[in-house]
Amino acid sequence: MCRAATAAILTLAGLLIAAGAVHAADPERGRELYEARCTGCHSIDANRVGPMHRGVFGRKAGSVADFTYSPAVKASAIVWNDATLDRWLAGPQKLIPGQRMNFTVGQPEDRADIIAYLKSDAAR
Amino acid sequence: MSQIVKAPDVRLVPARRRFLGTLGTATLSATAVAILAGCERMATAQGGSAANDVQILNVALGLEQEAITAYQLGAESGLLQKPVLDVAVAFQSHHKEHAGALEATIRKLGGAPVAPKSKDEYARALNAASLRNQTDVLKLAQRLERGAANAYIGVIPSFGSKDLAKVAARLAADETMHWTALTSALAEPLPKGALSFGG
Repeated sequence: MCRAATAAILTLAGLLIAAGAVHAADPERGRELYEARCTGCHSIDANRVGPMHRGVFGRKAGSVADFTYSPAVKASAIVWNDATLDRWLAGPQKLIPGQRMNFTVGQPEDRADIIAYLKSDAAR
Repeated sequence: MSQIVKAPDVRLVPARRRFLGTLGTATLSATAVAILAGCERMATAQGGSAANDVQILNVALGLEQEAITAYQLGAESGLLQKPVLDVAVAFQSHHKEHAGALEATIRKLGGAPVAPKSKDEYARALNAASLRNQTDVLKLAQRLERGAANAYIGVIPSFGSKDLAKVAARLAADETMHWTALTSALAEPLPKGALSFGG
């Protein structure tokens, strides 16, 4: 029974991995992706075209001091976590209509790695 | 066979000569404003999407304004020597043309172009005080150009107007050209794999 259950779990895990459904988020790759794709507008420690990202994980949307957000983001009650950041990067306009970013990251594993970087000590 | 693809031997002097030699035909100001302005009818016809397109264009304008000032800071730093200085000024002129075209299009779509920040604000945000030599300036420009190229690629799917999406792709191509020249000037290798921008 135990052996059969273990085999079933391993089979399921193998299928999920094969399907790309399981992705071990890599903060180092996330840092590289962040440097390549996000730093046109963002920095970790400075407000630029977009707000600074240090401490973004766990922060309420639209709450960085001295940054002028869109009214839509400012009024949002969203708190940035794995799920909300993933939805934001996949389609910001769907998550918060009226936002200004509109930049999308198409691949789920890329989003997961960027989020892992933003959660890491380097960006907290 | 090495996996590293060496950057082509495009030093800044010949790059500058070619670059300046083609400015007359490659400038955006004479044609791109007309191209961007030609999007007005389509964007207006798409109703609500025009407002979102204006938002995207304004973010792009903010990015171009930052780039213009970044090159200005580099030019005024005293760290750039000719011919690098001339190339930096030429790239800055591209960004000025981009900004002018974006401003004109935003106005034609009924929007208000975002105002640039002060030079001091950009200098702080870009940590310009940390620049110590020409390589530092080139690396900052290289980083900004790559970010700009990827920013333009990343907003392409969000445009309501396909014409504006095409313009974003053209702007991304300009930024990529800048990045490639800067990477060559820094004697850094080009990416090993294809599709190294966007995603």
